Amino acid sequence: MPPKPRKPAIEGWFTMDPAKPRLLGTRCAKCDTVYFPKEATFCRNPGCAGTEFTETELSPRGRLWSFTNNCYQPPEPYVSPDPFVPYAVAAVELEAEKMVVLGQVDGASVEQLEAGMQMELVLAPLYEDADAEYMVWKWRPA
Amino acid sequence: MAHEVAILGAGMHPWGKWGRNFVEYGVAAARAALQDAGLDWKQVQFVAGADTIRNGYPGFVAGATFAQALGWTGAQVTSTYGACASGAQAIGVARAQILAGLCDVALVVGADTTPKGFFAPQKGERGTDPDWLRFRLLGATNPIYFGLYARRRMEAYGATREDFAQVKVKNSRHGLSNPNARYRKAVTLEEVLKSPRVSDPLGLLDICATSDGGAALVLSSLEFARKHTAKPVKIAAVSTVTPRFPQTVIEMPNFSTDSAISARIPDTGFKDSIAKLAYEQAGLGPEDMQLAEVYDLSTALELDWYENIGLCKPGEAERLLRNGDTAIGGRIPVNPSGGLGCFGEAIPAQAIAQVCELTWQIRGQAGERQVQGARAGVTANQGLFGHGSSVIVKS
Repeated sequence: MPPKPRKPAIEGWFTMDPAKPRLLGTRCAKCDTVYFPKEATFCRNPGCAGTEFTETELSPRGRLWSFTNNCYQPPEPYVSPDPFVPYAVAAVELEAEKMVVLGQVDGASVEQLEAGMQMELVLAPLYEDADAEYMVWKWRPA
Repeated sequence: MAHEVAILGAGMHPWGKWGRNFVEYGVAAARAALQDAGLDWKQVQFVAGADTIRNGYPGFVAGATFAQALGWTGAQVTSTYGACASGAQAIGVARAQILAGLCDVALVVGADTTPKGFFAPQKGERGTDPDWLRFRLLGATNPIYFGLYARRRMEAYGATREDFAQVKVKNSRHGLSNPNARYRKAVTLEEVLKSPRVSDPLGLLDICATSDGGAALVLSSLEFARKHTAKPVKIAAVSTVTPRFPQTVIEMPNFSTDSAISARIPDTGFKDSIAKLAYEQAGLGPEDMQLAEVYDLSTALELDWYENIGLCKPGEAERLLRNGDTAIGGRIPVNPSGGLGCFGEAIPAQAIAQVCELTWQIRGQAGERQVQGARAGVTANQGLFGHGSSVIVKS
């Protein structure tokens, strides 16, 4: 059987380049504020009347702000592998964007994590069905 | 004071996992509050219902649902939703109606019937709803956010799992004699530490359960209250603030914080701003409070609240707890009711239940859990999607 095609678990939130994945946000043309997920209608900075946005790639590296894990299987609509395998979740601070972005952690458990460590963005499978393997962004210790 | 209203009655339906229709709990709580007030339902001119989103259409129109169940009287009605802060929203609307002179007597009711296990989003494919997407893409349950905050306290302030567990130990003792609490059993440090890990560093006993329950208040103008009772307990403040941009702390159900590139980070963070506005409205400060009821969704979150409501400086909450300052008999007891640790969360009832507890405490009716000399207290709570909730009750 040929490998299943890889599809994004959600359209337009990240690039599908397996070697150099990037989160895709928007940047307000007027005040430069970055949004992830994308904001494309009205700038949410109350001091800005911006209505034009450009797509922007977010920094692929950041500092681990905090972390935790799921020891139990989350409820639907999470699609869990069977049997469920506990996994960590990270909150990563992006210096240039001055924001924190959540993501599942790839390749490390909470015991291997420490606040302040450098994390990098990777593309990893979230779930699969009969037609495709669905990919999502995750954080991995750099 | 211009912005005060009287609390004439407080009532609850006990918390538990009863599995019955939420309307029943709300009506029982409302009847108890009316009886406590010595008023007849027909005297209520305005009903404020706090909504539940897990019980079908009647839950979305809770005010009318309770009014119909109590028997239509033509009273005016509103129904409010602000997630965990729904009860404060309902109290806020009722207070505004009274202060505007549009009614004299208002009834505030919240009740819920909850499913087993984790709270999950509403069903269906909803690719633009962050509450659905956080489960779909991250499996980010509520305890995931609680775990992030707890780990942050450990990293920033050197808090330990033992500190978190001691919050549960304290609250379990507080709730022992509370007839409305679901869990009335003293819990040991070891039991908390050995409870199955849910979201590191938090175990099952660090995280509040989901419960069925109901709470209600009868509020009135001070003028009406004076004719009715000698010295009513009063609501001196209701804060329902939203965050200020940029909100730089990750918050349920979001994937990210606001970017702080362009706008200055506010001097007061969101959680600090919640009780701050209540203190300003009341013309009081944390030093004027003798007790507090805060939203201990997790044990670690209770420690955050100590700082957010001004009981101590950032990083000092563990010391306050270790000193016994926040236990009944200490300087400023927190969650004398037993808190969510003993109740479990019945979302729309919870902020109202906090005010019921302060009412009974300030009247001196709290029995074995009575805080001596309670004259003023503050509640704090937060609903996802940016809902602050803080109420100040005083004699």
